Amino acid sequence: MPNLGIDVLFKGTNFLRLLEGLWVAVRISLISVAISIALGLVMGMLMTSKNKILKMILRLYLEIVRIMPQMVLLFVVYFGTTRVFGWNLSAEYSAIIVFSFWGVAEMGDLVRGALISIPKIQYESAQALGMTQPMTYLYVILPQAVRRLIPLSINLITRMIKTTSLVMMIGIVEVLKVAQQIIEANRRTSPNAVFGVFAVVFLLYFLICWPISKLAGYLEKRWA
Amino acid sequence: METAYIEVQKLSKTYSAKNGTVEALKEISLSIPQNEIFGIIGLSGAGKSTLVRCLNLLEKPDSGTVIINGEDLLTLSKEQLRIRRQKIGMIFQHFNLLEQQTVLENVCFPLEIRGIPVKQRKEKALQLLKQVGLEDKAKAYPSQLSGGQKQRVAIARVLANDPDILLCDEATSALDPETTKIILNLLKEIHDTMGITIVIITHEMKVIQEICTQMAVLHKGSLQECGSAEEILKNPKSKAAKRLLMIKETEEETDYVG
Repeated sequence: MPNLGIDVLFKGTNFLRLLEGLWVAVRISLISVAISIALGLVMGMLMTSKNKILKMILRLYLEIVRIMPQMVLLFVVYFGTTRVFGWNLSAEYSAIIVFSFWGVAEMGDLVRGALISIPKIQYESAQALGMTQPMTYLYVILPQAVRRLIPLSINLITRMIKTTSLVMMIGIVEVLKVAQQIIEANRRTSPNAVFGVFAVVFLLYFLICWPISKLAGYLEKRWA
Repeated sequence: METAYIEVQKLSKTYSAKNGTVEALKEISLSIPQNEIFGIIGLSGAGKSTLVRCLNLLEKPDSGTVIINGEDLLTLSKEQLRIRRQKIGMIFQHFNLLEQQTVLENVCFPLEIRGIPVKQRKEKALQLLKQVGLEDKAKAYPSQLSGGQKQRVAIARVLANDPDILLCDEATSALDPETTKIILNLLKEIHDTMGITIVIITHEMKVIQEICTQMAVLHKGSLQECGSAEEILKNPKSKAAKRLLMIKETEEETDYVG
């Protein structure tokens, strides 16, 4: 059997460092995902509003997010705005801002889609029971919308987690960067580490994303 | 003649569709006396759903008035209307239960909205479920029930608010003839014991024949005929009523064959 180069990870604190890097990636994505879900719900409701100007602004925002590559957004926020406006923004905050900016827009669009897919009669029957607008959303519309949202938003969440690998481009040492460092440091002694270490990184991403998919499947079944 | 409980005057409603406008209601005036079971019949597109939605202002008419028990609904504030609606129950063709909650929770739901304490809520809900004959299904979820059972849950839920009016929007149209009969009998029983004025929207003469005391015939947004159900069924004057009765007869014939 060829040498896969996994042994490198057992040298010194290498594996621990890799896990620390993973935590950085998970932390950035968890915070961004939480912000995206919370504000995305609000954004989605606003997107169904009848106000034309509001709708146009939100539409423009969504289009910007769709068109701009995440990496460009990261560069603009971390290198660009800090220089132009002179504020001091850490790389991690920049990453969270960019990821939330992206997540809120896409989540909002998913929420909008889910909301307009709820038949009008659901609103009507809630009103016929004498419910207020907020009650209607809270008790009748959102629970149904959330069920439709689960598969779509899981897709977005896992995509956000995977895309955190880009943040190393603005100097954040997350799991992929640590992996690179480990491989570089051991280039002479174990050149095969390039396979083993990246394979382990792949496995780590899998271990993070897979339970989320599983949870989604479970929730979908439970709420069906 | 008794005094009108629900009084509709010159009600008009026009929708703008892609290819022009649709006149859903054309100056409809009718009065529904208290404690009647009033049927409104018409083919699809006759405007009957719009009309019943105007009775609790789920649809705002373009012109005309809706007076219930002497109160002009169109003059009420949003909040007053919301409270008034709690006393105008409505059931639908597709039941519209909360799928993620049990039968009992569904019936408790309107009481929860009104802020009734948990214990009283449960007591009342159980009693209502008993009334509709579903006390053994309290813990079940709507997905585990048949269509007829779901409609009975919807009826129990609507009764939780002690309505004085019950609007039925094609409430039996998704059910088979057997189950339709059961639901109609239940509605009749509710009417007899609780003295609720019931308005039934349907496209089936059978439904009218079964329980309605008075009826109105709608065709393309205008009122064709209105009066005692017995009278109209025996001796329909308008073309639309005659046609609807004919449909019923052919339906019965096919029932024999099937």
